[in-house]
This record gives sequence, structure tokens and C-alpha cells, in this order.
Amino acid sequence: MRHGIGAGAAALLWLGTAQAMAQEPIKIVDVAELSGGGATVGTNFKNGADLAVDEINAKGGILGHKIEITHYDTQSNAGVARGLVQKAIDSEPYVIFGPGYSGSVKAVAPLFQQAQITDIMGGEAAELTKFGNPYIFRTSFGQQSSMPKVARYLHDEVKAQTVALEWVNNDFGKGGRDEITKALGEFGVKIVADISSEQGQADFSSDVAKIKAASPDAVFVYLNEDESARFLKEAQKQTLGKPLIGETTLLGQKVIDLAGSAADGVRGHIGLTTDAPVPAVQEFRRRFEARFHYVPDHNGIKGYLAPYMVKAATEKMGKLDREHLADALHGLTITPDKEPGILMEATWDKNGDIDRQSFLAEVEGGKQTIIKILPKLSK
Amino acid sequence: MTQLVQILIGGLATGAIYALIAIGFTLLWQTSQTINFAQGEFVMLPAFFVLITMSSGLPFWVAALIGVVVSALVLGVFFKKALIDPMLRHGVLPLAIATMALSIFLKESVKSFYSAEAQPFPALVPARDLHLGPVTVSLQDIATLAIAILAVALLQWFLAGTRTGRAMQATAQNPTVARILGVPVERMILLTFVINGAMVALASLLITPVYLAKFSNGDTLGLAAFIAAIVGGFNQVRGAIVGGLLLGVAENLAATYVSAQYRGALPLIILIVVILIRPQGLVGRAEERSV
Amino acid sequence: MASRFLTTAALAICALALIAAPLLLKNYGVYLLSLWTIYVIAAMGLNLMLGYAGQVSLAQGAFVGIGAYSAALLTTHGWPLGAAALFALLLSFAIGWLLGYPALRVRHHYLAFVTLAFSTLAFLVFRNEEWLTGGIYGISGVPRPSLLGLELARPIPFYEFCLAVLAIVTAAMAFMIRSPWGRAFTALRENPLRALSLGVDTRLYTLMAFAIGSALAGLAGVLYAPLVQFVDPPAFALQLSLNLLLMVIVGGQGYFFGPFLGAAVAVLLPEWLRFADNYYLVIYALVVMVLMALCPQGLIGLGERLGERLGERFRTPAAKPGASA
Repeated sequence: MRHGIGAGAAALLWLGTAQAMAQEPIKIVDVAELSGGGATVGTNFKNGADLAVDEINAKGGILGHKIEITHYDTQSNAGVARGLVQKAIDSEPYVIFGPGYSGSVKAVAPLFQQAQITDIMGGEAAELTKFGNPYIFRTSFGQQSSMPKVARYLHDEVKAQTVALEWVNNDFGKGGRDEITKALGEFGVKIVADISSEQGQADFSSDVAKIKAASPDAVFVYLNEDESARFLKEAQKQTLGKPLIGETTLLGQKVIDLAGSAADGVRGHIGLTTDAPVPAVQEFRRRFEARFHYVPDHNGIKGYLAPYMVKAATEKMGKLDREHLADALHGLTITPDKEPGILMEATWDKNGDIDRQSFLAEVEGGKQTIIKILPKLSK
Repeated sequence: MTQLVQILIGGLATGAIYALIAIGFTLLWQTSQTINFAQGEFVMLPAFFVLITMSSGLPFWVAALIGVVVSALVLGVFFKKALIDPMLRHGVLPLAIATMALSIFLKESVKSFYSAEAQPFPALVPARDLHLGPVTVSLQDIATLAIAILAVALLQWFLAGTRTGRAMQATAQNPTVARILGVPVERMILLTFVINGAMVALASLLITPVYLAKFSNGDTLGLAAFIAAIVGGFNQVRGAIVGGLLLGVAENLAATYVSAQYRGALPLIILIVVILIRPQGLVGRAEERSV
Repeated sequence: MASRFLTTAALAICALALIAAPLLLKNYGVYLLSLWTIYVIAAMGLNLMLGYAGQVSLAQGAFVGIGAYSAALLTTHGWPLGAAALFALLLSFAIGWLLGYPALRVRHHYLAFVTLAFSTLAFLVFRNEEWLTGGIYGISGVPRPSLLGLELARPIPFYEFCLAVLAIVTAAMAFMIRSPWGRAFTALRENPLRALSLGVDTRLYTLMAFAIGSALAGLAGVLYAPLVQFVDPPAFALQLSLNLLLMVIVGGQGYFFGPFLGAAVAVLLPEWLRFADNYYLVIYALVVMVLMALCPQGLIGLGERLGERLGERFRTPAAKPGASA
């Protein structure tokens, strides 16, 4: 009798704690650029993350725990970002997302190491995964991975001996320009024009005129979406007549819509895009558009992937283990058949870099067409 | 050589845009000593009025007209009555701060309540390029340049040639004496604000097809407008066109022949030089200093 | 006599509260307080230029940048923070002095635009001269200082260090304002021609106000670099100068403690408004506009007016009923 009561009590106690534990939410803090120069980047990331979190919670959460996500606004300022990451760490979350701006990521990186908290962020600068900081993870290719692919394409397929560079003068554009310069150097391709432009620039007449004067075999264009469209229109207006090669942003549907016929003939490498001919990606895009009423850019996908990365790594561990989350992510391959939220199969290496399929594409008749699929480096 | 002509044309086109925005800025300063730090956002906003009107199904032309009227009312009349009037007697600086806050308010409101994304905007002028020999001009560029010059000419005529215009000038030069002479000073100032409201709407319609409707448009445009206004001449409407065109061309020349990274520097240096050597601007009249 | 005692007591209490505050706060709160001390120092410099000498400067943020970059470059190459501070002070003073020359020729809104141009030019230099400043990538890994063997790396010791610097700067400013220099500055603001006719060397004092104000901003920058441990160009763009101007005006220009209040509003208000999610900046802007419309002398001015009104109530006794008029 007493054993029965004891067993019953123990069972109740266990159930009770399990119930309490199951109700304990997983805290995620997202530190994003919601105002200032990076507002589009951060807002897209936030929306993607919110969509993923709601989807995961609707299906029961991670190991039975619901996710609670909070967003802080860094105002696109590294000093504010640092304070906010500190604030996030103070609240003892399970994992932290962001920032998106590489400069801000650099400012906050040491904090993650000190606090031993995992960070999943959107920055693309090459050096972010070179600090030896085991807590930082990418959601898209670092520029040190994507630019060599572009350089190879320029050299092998476009057969360009001389290239002109047109880039936007912020850490995104300059980082890309530095990496492509390095990569092109290794292929022996000469850079005959190196032109920086300002964020928000509307007049590209000088840029195109200079490129024309330099007479390159091809032009590598690395600008944000709005400026890409304006550049393409100016290039059409002045009949630049050279192959225009880009990396993800230049070939987006948004740019194609804005530039119209000026976008035809543009080619390039695409790491992550809502235009990819992958059903899971198209599904994501449909759901995002239904909820937010616009088509997300690649930052939206980055934000969407982050919670699913956390889910996959936590499920691999079988428990909520904040300290070992980073270890679980290192070397992890997440496949869409096990975790559809990951959209495309991806592997994270020990530096936090991502290895994933990517595409070479061309714009024809107002649409992006995939000409080649570049497989993952590790299969 | 063709390169030079091409970038000159590009510079003139951009400069015309700066001029349009600078005109209203100059007018406001002249008549009511208001430095409107939100002028850039004033140009960003009417495009959204138009987009919102269009989303209810009205055709572009109707929406554009409504946009101009709403802009004149909100950015003209309401702005003056709600913000300027209570603050005018406190001096220039608190008003400048208030307009700084207003610019943040407008920008963040559009971002939060409408969208953080850039929206395409229909063009007043068909998108076609004219090939004049080796050089290409777009219809859009010509239209903007023509309308900017026309606007300045019309305003110039209005200010110098009509009674109301001369009353406005009197208000600008010395409101106390103007009042004594029977000029309805309050009404003149209100008129200036209404004109500014309409002008920024016009500028918005012309430039948004190129710049796209985005909440952050005000940042760069606002600064460019200030520089254009001051370099040209803060107390002459003609100054706006001179300053604007000079600015657009200087920027392009700097980007092509000096350094693309420092393309923004030449306008700033011109600004500093002009203020130090000829503070009334290139075509402005010297301002008397009260003792 | 009594009011003097009250003021000193109030100040003492505030000082104690500031020293003890970290006990009640987590790391983030301490970070915000440190940021506040830095803003106060920069804002005091601007208040000297604007509130006392009557000159508008929109370049204050650029000088914070000059100080921050100096500190970052020197300390990442092994120099102690003290030496970096000295260098930054002298550099900011010198450049501020040079920037003062335009201030001799033009006033008010013209000066605002010259300094605005300078601010944007400084940003371009910070961004483009990669060989010196690290360009758009900035300088990371700026070390926290150690003072006489004391490690100041952790949040609370570093904050107390910043607070100590603030205390020294405050005392120095108070001394200067009360000195003949301070009176000369005020004369400059009120009526420069009259001041000139009274024998005040307006040229010298104008340049002085500019140089000292800019040096203070440089000093603020020297503290900013080890606080954030990362410097990059966007942090010191025009936006910072506009924010500092906002702080001085909202706090109350020309009032000694205006910068303290104004910086507190700038740092704390976004925090208090975080509940408003995305809309917090909208509300912040609205609050500033309303404040400017209602009381352009800033918060201290508002406090003064309220104080006067209350004082009147107590001082004028109600008329006795039946007394003959």
C-alpha cells in the first residue's frame, strides 16, 4: 500500500516537474538592425525568424518547449549592438541571433565567447569566422566562400581577362570587393576599374562612364537591390555592352522587376534566393508573402533558417543544453527530409561556415533561369 | 569627351532634383526664418500619399493630384499651425531641433506603418532614352530639368511681379515693418508653407520613379538640398537652381576625375568655401546683421 | 544660505547614487551608465560652445570620433590609455581651434552648416583611409585600460573609472564657468559687439570656446573606444552630432546640468520605450517635438518655470476677505 502511494507520489512528482519543464519556454533574443541604414536587413531577418518560430511552436516547439523570441533594435550602430547583446546575455537566453551588420558582429563577438552562448548571425564578411570563436555561426556563405565561385565563373565561363568592379562602399560591398580582388588575382585576371558607390546613390552616370572608358571584358557588380536596378538602367542607357556579373543581389527578382529590360543578360552566382527552383524555398516564399505581404530578400531566408538550426541541433542533443549547443552545430548536416525548415541541405563546419548547394543563373526575359547547380563541397 | 558630356548631363539631371527640393527650403527660410531639417522627408512622404491613394483603386493621375493637395495641406498648413507657430517666438534653434525630431518621426512612421522595403513608383514621363549622337539622355532627365527651371522661373516672376509675391518678399526682409505697412504677414507666411508643400509633392512625383518610394530617401536628399540652397544663395529662389545644378555636376566630376570614394567631399568643400568667402551664396544678396 | 545647502546636499546625493548604482543593475545597465557618462562629457563641451558662447556646432560627433580613433589606434599598439588621452586632447584642441576660424567669420546657421560639412568630411576620411583607420572595417579588440596596476576591464570598475573622469571634468568646467573666462563666454553669447566694445577679445574667446568644447568631445571619444572595444566610421557620422545637439537642447542649453539631463533622456528614453516595439522611435520623436513646443529651454528650463510658479503661490498671500481694495 505504502509502496503504491510512494510510487504514485513519485509518478505525480515526476509528471509535475516534466509538465513544469515542458512549460518552460526557450528564450531566444534577436539583436537586429531595425532602424538606421540596415533597417531592411534587420527587418527581413526578424520577419523570417518570427515566421519560423511560429511554425515551430505550432508543431509543439523544440522537444516540447515553446520558443519565445524577443527582438532588440541595434539602430545599425555597433556600440548599441554591443550594449544590447550584453542585455541579451543578462537575460540568460538559450541562443542569440544576429546582428546582421558585419561591423556589429565584430563588436559583439568576444561577448559570446565570454558568456559561452551560441550566436547565429547574418553577417557575410570573410573575417567573422576567422577569429577562432567557436560560438559564431553563419546562415549564408561568407564572402570568402562565394567570391571564389564568382571568380572561377568569370575566368572559366565568361573567359574574362580584365574585369571592372562596381561596389557599394559599406562593409558588405567592400568586403565583397576585397574578396573578389583576391580571388581574381589567383586566376590571373586583371582589374582595370575599381569603382565605389554610396549607399542610396541614384546617379550612376559617372560610374558607367568610367567603366566604359576602361573597356573591361566583364563587369562585377556588387550593390544593394535598389542601387543594382539603377546601375543596370544606366548601363542600358549608355549602352555599356559588357557582360554584367553579380552575386545574389544583382539577380534577385526585385532587381529584375525594378530594372525591367535592363536586367536581361545579367549573370551570376546565387547563394540563397527565394527564386531558387527548390520546392521548399518556393513554399517558404509563399508563406512569407502571405503573412508579410512582400517578397523577402535573402536576409529573410537567413532569419528563417536560424530557429530551424537551433531545433535541429537541440534535437540532435536530445535535451536543452545551452553550453553544448555550439558543439552540436559544428559538423552538423541538416537535411530537408528530416527538417523541412532548413529548405536546402546544409552543413556547418568547425568554424561556423556553411556549406550548401548554390546556383549559377542568368536573367532572361524578366525571369531568373538557373544554368548550373554548384554542389556542396562535401558530399 | 563624350564621357565628359555624359556625366555633365547626368549631373544636371541630379542637380535639377536637388534644386527642386532646395527651392522650398529657401522659401521657408526667407519668409519665416525656419530651417526645416525635415525637408528631405517632406519629399519622401508625398509619394506614399500617392501610393496609399492608388491602393484604393484610383488611377495614378487622380492619386497624384490628391497627393499634391494633401501634401500642401499637411506639410504646408498643418505643419505651420501645429509645429511652427507655437515655436516661432522661441528662436531658431529649438525650431531646428523640432524639425530634426519631425524628420525622425516621419521617417520611422513610414517605416513602421507602411513598409521598410523600397516600393516601385509610376513615372510621370514615359521611360525612354534619346540618343543624341554618342550621348544618351533619358526623357525623365529632360523633364526634371525642364520642370525645375520652369518652377524657379514661375516663382521668381511671382515673387517679383505680383502684389502677393512682393508682399511675401517684404515679409521675408522685415516682418515688423511689413506689418506696419499693412502686409498680412501671417497669411504670407502661411502661403509660403503651402507653396513648399506643393513643391515638395511635385519633386516627389518627379524623383520617386528613380529613387523608389523608400522611407530613407530623405537622408541623402535632405543634405543635398541644404548644400544646394546655401551654395546657391539662401535668400534668393534663383540660388536654388544654381546651387542644385552646380552640386549635381560637381559630384559627378569629383567621382569621375578625382576619387569615387570621395565623391561626396567636393560638394562639402564647395559649401565650406562659399560660406567662408561669400556666405550669401553665389547669387544671394548680402544679409544685413542686426546689432 | 538654505538653498545653497540644499543644492550641495542634492548634488552629494546624486553623486552617491551614481557611484552605488551598479549594485542595483545588471551588466547592461552598467554599460548604459558608462555610455551616459561619455555622452555627458561630449555634451558639456557642446554646451560650452552653444549654451555659453552661443556657437552652433554640428561637428561634435566628429571630434568624439577623432578621440576614439586616436585611443583605439594607440592602445591597440600598446600605448597606455593615459598617453592616448593626452594625445587625443591635444589633437582635438588643435583641430577645434582651426575649426574655430570659420566661427569668427560666420555665426548661427551658417556655422551650423560649416560644422555639418566638416562632420561629413571627417566621416569620409574615417571610412576611406583604410591604411590609417582600418576603413569601413574599423578597429576591433580595443583593450580596456589598467590604472596604476588596477584592472579596469570588468564592467563595474570601468564604469567607476568613467564616472571619476566625469567628476574631474565637471569640477574643471564649474571652475571655468565661474572664472572670468566663463563670464567672457557669456558676454560672447549675449552680444558680441557690445562685448568687443567693452574690451573682451572676442576672437580669442571664440576660438577658446571651440577648442575646449572640441577637446572635451575628444576626451569622450577616448572613453568610448575601450567601452565598446570597437570603433568604426558610422558611429561618428552626422547622426551623433545631431544627437549631442538634441541632448544639450533637451536638457537645457546654457544650464550647467543641462547636459546631464539631456544625455540621460537620450540614453534612457529609448530603453523605457522599448515596450513600444517598433514604434519607439516614433514616440521618441513625438516627445522631443512636444517638449520643444512647450518648453524650448529644455527640461531644466521647464523645471525652473514650474519652480517659479510654485514659488509665486507660496510667496503671495491670499487677500484677506473684507480688506479694503
